[in-house]
Amino acid sequence: MNNLFVYCEIEEGIVAEVSLELLTKGRSLANQLGCKLEAVVAGCDLANVGEQLFPFGVDVLHVFDDKRLFPYTSLPHTSILIKLFQAEEPQIALMGATSIGRDLGPRVSSALTSGLTADCTSLEIGDHEEKKENKVYKDLLYQIRPAFGGNIVATIINPACRPQMATVREGVMKKEIVDANYKGETIQHNVNEFVNDTDFVVEVIERHMEKSKTNIKGAPIIIAGGYGVGSKETFNLLHDLAAVIGGEVGASRAAVDAGYTEHDRQIGQTGITVRPKLYIACGISGQIQHIAGMQESSIIISVNNDPAAPINAIADYVITGTVEEVVPKMIKYYKQNTK
Amino acid sequence: MSLKIIVLAKQVPDTRNVGKDAMKADGTVNRAALPAIFNPEDLNALEQALRLKDTYPGTTVTILTMGPGRAAEVIREGLYRGADEGFLLTDRAFAGADTLATSYAISMAIRKIKDYDLIICGRQAIDGDTAQVGPQVAEKLGISQITYAEEIRKVEEGVITVKRRLERGIEVVAGKLPIVVTVNSSAPDCRPRNARFIQKYKHAKTVTEKQTAVADYTELFNIRPYLNLEEWSVADVNADVKACGLSGSPTKVKKIESVIFQAKESKSIAPTDDEMDALMKELIANHTIG
Repeated sequence: MNNLFVYCEIEEGIVAEVSLELLTKGRSLANQLGCKLEAVVAGCDLANVGEQLFPFGVDVLHVFDDKRLFPYTSLPHTSILIKLFQAEEPQIALMGATSIGRDLGPRVSSALTSGLTADCTSLEIGDHEEKKENKVYKDLLYQIRPAFGGNIVATIINPACRPQMATVREGVMKKEIVDANYKGETIQHNVNEFVNDTDFVVEVIERHMEKSKTNIKGAPIIIAGGYGVGSKETFNLLHDLAAVIGGEVGASRAAVDAGYTEHDRQIGQTGITVRPKLYIACGISGQIQHIAGMQESSIIISVNNDPAAPINAIADYVITGTVEEVVPKMIKYYKQNTK
Repeated sequence: MSLKIIVLAKQVPDTRNVGKDAMKADGTVNRAALPAIFNPEDLNALEQALRLKDTYPGTTVTILTMGPGRAAEVIREGLYRGADEGFLLTDRAFAGADTLATSYAISMAIRKIKDYDLIICGRQAIDGDTAQVGPQVAEKLGISQITYAEEIRKVEEGVITVKRRLERGIEVVAGKLPIVVTVNSSAPDCRPRNARFIQKYKHAKTVTEKQTAVADYTELFNIRPYLNLEEWSVADVNADVKACGLSGSPTKVKKIESVIFQAKESKSIAPTDDEMDALMKELIANHTIG
């Protein structure tokens, strides 16, 4: 009872990266709390998920295997989590901030009136003193996320209601196997005891999933553009540089919103989190939401015509100039020096 | 066939123009210090509703918003684009609500409206990016949801067909009415204001706005009752005050911190040929690139 639960997403029999990252974080939080780590999977043909999950330190695996549970629809998965959580009373429940987790999490939290913090960038355990009630809450989940506007980080807590729920984007937490031979218990649940026929009111008629076109997450070099790039045409210079030095192109949210590039290149709290060897930030001012997604880069170069751009504070190299001026020179002198 | 559609719209601070006074000491947003706009994805949602109204004559579109008095502006913006009516949920007791208390209040207002086939809203609001209120409202009403919608294709015999845009692909799903649909920014932009509707609704006001207005609108509103924008309090929607606002919010802000970046020792480089050449040489030599 009162363990830490992670809802794991499955696509074609493979557990999603974000779920494995959350299990890694969940394992370390569970160790701190002295509780068990439990995983929930719902879908079909789940025979192989145990061997994927147990090495991450899963103590109990709840399996809901039924043809009707794949592809994901809202109500059946919601019913499963609500009933399971009512019976098991987890203290913490984590899920990916994906199109599934962001569809499922709010419904479950609404039904259990438990509260939910979206897109956390850090999760910690700590106490909270409520002075008005003269009460100390022990071992709460600190749900930490950049908040409003860009220069503030908020720590959200959920003192009274359980489970404490949070979603986290892919790439924010690091994935790490605990023990390849870790042994946990598997519970095969009878799906009919959890879902009703009336839960199947939405039917998936067509489905086309593809692997991401970009490989930003694993790229050793990223050239990212912000609003300061100024135009779609200038943004193409970043692609030119990427092609020459062998990198991927990323973007800040402002650049995506301005239509300079596609959404799946967005780096930051509500995009992808990256840790490349080299990050070249072009025309990016450096709001905390963006910094949250790239601050662990080994070397950061900032190209900005504003010498006071906040991102310059965390850059190893600051080039004060425009993208049109600097990027072609980078290309030119890279070529000249590698011949 | 005609539909009764409720569009949930939120007035949000324009996070693209944030100043220093954006947050209050208690960690909630200081809305008064910021320019207020119609949440962008709620405009995408409104467009989907208006397209259904174009396709299925007799369809009505009702705007429901929650916020301070000035959020009535969102209703007028909706009316200017083709919505039929709007309600403003406003009460001091709603202040400081997290997503759960917000969705409770909205669901109670929807219960008061009572008759609906479809609830459409933006996937998320730009001031929080949580994407929680749509699904939470659906759950409170005991109906299903289709999130991440890019296009409502049709509604036939009580079934809505929707194309969803997910992070790694698309899905086309069919769901039974009544249902909540949340709309992505990848959906078409909202149509502009219509001059005829602006003319018709430019004097539309809430009771509070009328009281504070310089002119006397009593006579005008008697002739044109559609100019009355209703304001609803906690009591008007039969909500439990303990489940609203700060007291109905399970999540609390423990602390907020200004972020001070661990400043690095950075090297300044001028964009001259010499210095750029030297930089590229250095990066190649230490195997950062190449």
